[in-house]
Amino acid sequence: MSDYIPVLITLLLGVVIVAAMSNLNRLLGPRKMTAIKGEAFECGNEATGPGWGRFSIKFYMVAILFIVFDVEVVFMYPWAVIYRELGVFGFVEMAVFVLVLAVGYAFAWRKGAFEWR
Amino acid sequence: MRAYLDAIAAGYPTVSPALVYLIGMLAFGALVVFVFILPVAGITSWVERRVWARIQSRIGPNRVGPGGFLQWLADGLKNLLKEDVIPAAVDVPLFRIAPYVVVAGFVAAFVALPFAGSLIIADLNIGILYISAITSLVVIGILMAGWSSNNKWSMLGGIRSATQIICYEIPVGLSIFPVVLLSGTLSMQGIISAQGWAPTSWHMFHSPFLFVSFLLFFVGALAEGNRTPFDLPEADSELVAGFATEYSGMRSLLFFLAEWGNLYVIGVLVSTLFMGGWQVPHFTDNGVVLAVAQFATMFVKAYFWVFVAMWVRATLPRVRVDQFMTLCWKYMVPIGLVNVVGTATMMVVLPQGSIVLRWIMVAMTAAILVQFARRVFFHLRRANYGRLGRISEGAA
Repeated sequence: MSDYIPVLITLLLGVVIVAAMSNLNRLLGPRKMTAIKGEAFECGNEATGPGWGRFSIKFYMVAILFIVFDVEVVFMYPWAVIYRELGVFGFVEMAVFVLVLAVGYAFAWRKGAFEWR
Repeated sequence: MRAYLDAIAAGYPTVSPALVYLIGMLAFGALVVFVFILPVAGITSWVERRVWARIQSRIGPNRVGPGGFLQWLADGLKNLLKEDVIPAAVDVPLFRIAPYVVVAGFVAAFVALPFAGSLIIADLNIGILYISAITSLVVIGILMAGWSSNNKWSMLGGIRSATQIICYEIPVGLSIFPVVLLSGTLSMQGIISAQGWAPTSWHMFHSPFLFVSFLLFFVGALAEGNRTPFDLPEADSELVAGFATEYSGMRSLLFFLAEWGNLYVIGVLVSTLFMGGWQVPHFTDNGVVLAVAQFATMFVKAYFWVFVAMWVRATLPRVRVDQFMTLCWKYMVPIGLVNVVGTATMMVVLPQGSIVLRWIMVAMTAAILVQFARRVFFHLRRANYGRLGRISEGAA
């Protein structure tokens, strides 16, 4: 696990940068808050309704597709690393896997999951 | 880095090796972050403005320091002195956390990025997988920023950004596979060691599949870094500033810092995976000279791709959302799958690859580049001729 200590250290350094810069900004910058400044920016118009509106179902569709395909991609990492040792066996196994994936892909395409309407 | 620290720890037997390791890592990490990442990200902003200006026949920032070189420091200082406005209706905790997540995710990617043969913070054995995982933190930060701002532009920008990054994660992941298949490892140093300094030994020229993978990777990485032509999340003519609309002062600058820094990450990834990384010919036995040469090689290769990204941004218009979804799902994903299967097939047929094929690939790429340069010089000559022609007409 000691390989991952640098990851923690670097994440910490990233947090330190942001904390230092944004707090320095609060110290050095002017602080004159007014009601107008506190409004949501809508190109000079008065903001109507909350910003947290409902958004299109299409984005959920993309998220589902992402989960399906990204999980397949993750399955392929261990295979790719030891591919040379597996030889022809690995090739046939993965050909079957990709074939199944391709059928699913063709189904999603046929059902119009990739259309942005 | 591990080897150096072990050597230092062996020199001081009274001090615990774990302590030496921890302090050494902290020092090296701080060195990389403050002396390398922040200046590179800042200077990239200046270089980018100068490059655009030159492409668009303007001058660009040239007042602060020689050739405007200190512009990035002046901009940083100015942002530091601006008011940090937090609008009344925002979700304050999330609004404040968002820049932390974005910057931490971007900085943590540098852990596994190689600078030279011995210069890497930690050569993780899952290197490339780690990088693609940790850079996904940026999506969460951007989504947080967009959602917490309680502003319609911000939310649209945040949602678009999340959609875009997760879509292009798949072609990018698929285009990494041919490289992993060839190298048999996920470690960044391992991938570089599997290549050589000569272009004929680069993964990029192994076969047509690898070359197409390289193109897919670069396009996908531009999309993941929210760069034009895929800058939908912060499309300034549609969404004001996208997810960063409500941010001001230093906080907004931090988002852009991560964006410019990400350009360098993209450059390093492209040169590591496809272009032989820091590999130089072994011209000297002096370790320090060799390390400097390796660092310079890596930096030049990576910065070349940063320059190409700037060039693309100054040249191409933004794509529409539907075009961009079509490009990802109907073109890049199937091409990526074909690449994986094709490379696997080639490795069964020709386990060691084919040196003839490699030379043909290099020759074809060189021919394309020469033809491109000839077109550029032709147009430059024509443009100059036209200008001179007008002058002489005026004189007559």
